[in-house]
Amino acid sequence: MTHTQKRIITNRIVMLLSTLSAIAGIGFLFWILSILVMNGVDALSWDIFTQEGAPPGYEESGLKHALIGQLMIVGVATIFGVPIGILAGTYLSEYAGKSKLGETIRDISDIMMSAPSIVIGAFVYAIVVAPMGHFSGWAGSIALTIIMIPIILRTTDDMLHLVSSTLREAAYALGAPKYKVITQVVYRGAKTGILTGVLLGVARVAGETAPLLFTSFNDNFLNTDMREPMASLTVTMYNYATSPYEDWQKLGWAAAFILSMFILSLNILGRLFLLKKKGN
Amino acid sequence: MRILIDKLFLHLSKLAAVAILLLVAWIFTVLFLNSIDSMEVFGLDFITESKWAPNLEKFGALPAVYGSVVSTFLAMLFAVPLAIGVAIFLSELAPSRLKAPVGVSIELLAAIPSVIYGMWGLFYFVPIVREVFGGIGISMLTAGIVLSIMILPFMAAVTRDAMNTTPDILKESAYALGGTKWDVIKDIVIPYAKAGIIGSFILALGRAIGETMAVTFVMGNVHKISLDLTAPATSIPVTLANEFTEADTELYYSSLFELSLLLLVISFTIISIAKFYFLRRKRIA
Repeated sequence: MTHTQKRIITNRIVMLLSTLSAIAGIGFLFWILSILVMNGVDALSWDIFTQEGAPPGYEESGLKHALIGQLMIVGVATIFGVPIGILAGTYLSEYAGKSKLGETIRDISDIMMSAPSIVIGAFVYAIVVAPMGHFSGWAGSIALTIIMIPIILRTTDDMLHLVSSTLREAAYALGAPKYKVITQVVYRGAKTGILTGVLLGVARVAGETAPLLFTSFNDNFLNTDMREPMASLTVTMYNYATSPYEDWQKLGWAAAFILSMFILSLNILGRLFLLKKKGN
Repeated sequence: MRILIDKLFLHLSKLAAVAILLLVAWIFTVLFLNSIDSMEVFGLDFITESKWAPNLEKFGALPAVYGSVVSTFLAMLFAVPLAIGVAIFLSELAPSRLKAPVGVSIELLAAIPSVIYGMWGLFYFVPIVREVFGGIGISMLTAGIVLSIMILPFMAAVTRDAMNTTPDILKESAYALGGTKWDVIKDIVIPYAKAGIIGSFILALGRAIGETMAVTFVMGNVHKISLDLTAPATSIPVTLANEFTEADTELYYSSLFELSLLLLVISFTIISIAKFYFLRRKRIA
């Protein structure tokens, strides 16, 4: 066999292996997705949205309590996390630049983005749940806020950095003070980018389970008092899926389906915004 | 007035940014303070002792550390070759009309919450493992596989991004010299993107070791070191997820906090290595 033939054959083998692994990887992932959709659609009904949790075996059981709890916990986390993240990102991009302090904050925040979320849960347990004496919706929101801030900070920093400096200089030339330049010129230029960051940040924390296990805990019934333990879709999903009751497991799949669709739509929406921005 | 608002805005945004540093310091301090009890009682034995018996007030973290290391190692073992394959496919092989849709779906799959991978593992993968490898199906091996599938999309997406940074002109030059696709990949793309590829693997490793929900369902939380991969096991996050709400004594709590601190230190170290050695962030000008 000549050298060339050998090279061609090696090439074919590697190409084949790579394509096969791509098919295997993608196949696995679509397998999970199709199971999620099949089980989810099968378990969906109006009761899911109108009924609260019930003991196993009850006909009329749903996820209303978990849906509302989820919206409240994630909603409050968004209200706190978004302004703090955007402000911090603004400081990094507009004031700190490449200074030592700025770079340190960037690095630490980047590391925080990949830090284990269950540890954040343990931290919030120590500073909120233990002093209060019981689990609460607030504790869950605080944990999610901590997870959300680095994500928003990073995208804000990046997106503000993309705004061209000639725009800033033009505003300064008109005599605008820095805060006006930032709030009226830079923010406007980076609007879609920041919005995408917010959407992705919300999508990320909405799927978090580990930090909620011992902060907001769970509640099988509707509760809208943030000072009390609160159900979330993710923790409910975990509890129901690990239960031995078939109807609870079914509700778990419904929760998984609703949550995934919510998170996927936020991600797709974020992408569309960015595409639109590129188009302009 | 305008100067005042200007100052206010500066300080407010600075406060928000510095708060992140303080928060991280606060997290380490709180976890440390809460672990003191357990550190005093067990000292270094905490990580070398393999007996975890809450009823006897004996807490040794070795089984959890062992489980974290082995399950993550298994996950990397399965995920790395697959991720490289997917990345090569996406950056070099796929016809251009497939690149975007397949690439985007991989990225979207990376956004699916890990609890869903765990649920899939429990209902669909545990029976397969039981069938093929024996045992009860809830095992170290299952955890490793589910974990590998969970980190696959993230790994494949970042590896592809790293490969895509190779300038076309380099690849074209190699093709012009008569290189096959494989020649170009192994002699041009991989050497060029090496740092980025290794960095993304280590980053995925850092995420995998702290991952809780994907493995909690399928690992069993059994504090026993077993060389049999089909036996149930535990890991640091699995122990935390299962026992935090059950701890009934000070020492039990303190031991769990020490576990959290240990996990945080381990993942901080791994992620820092990935970030500082391999992925030094370049700002897009």
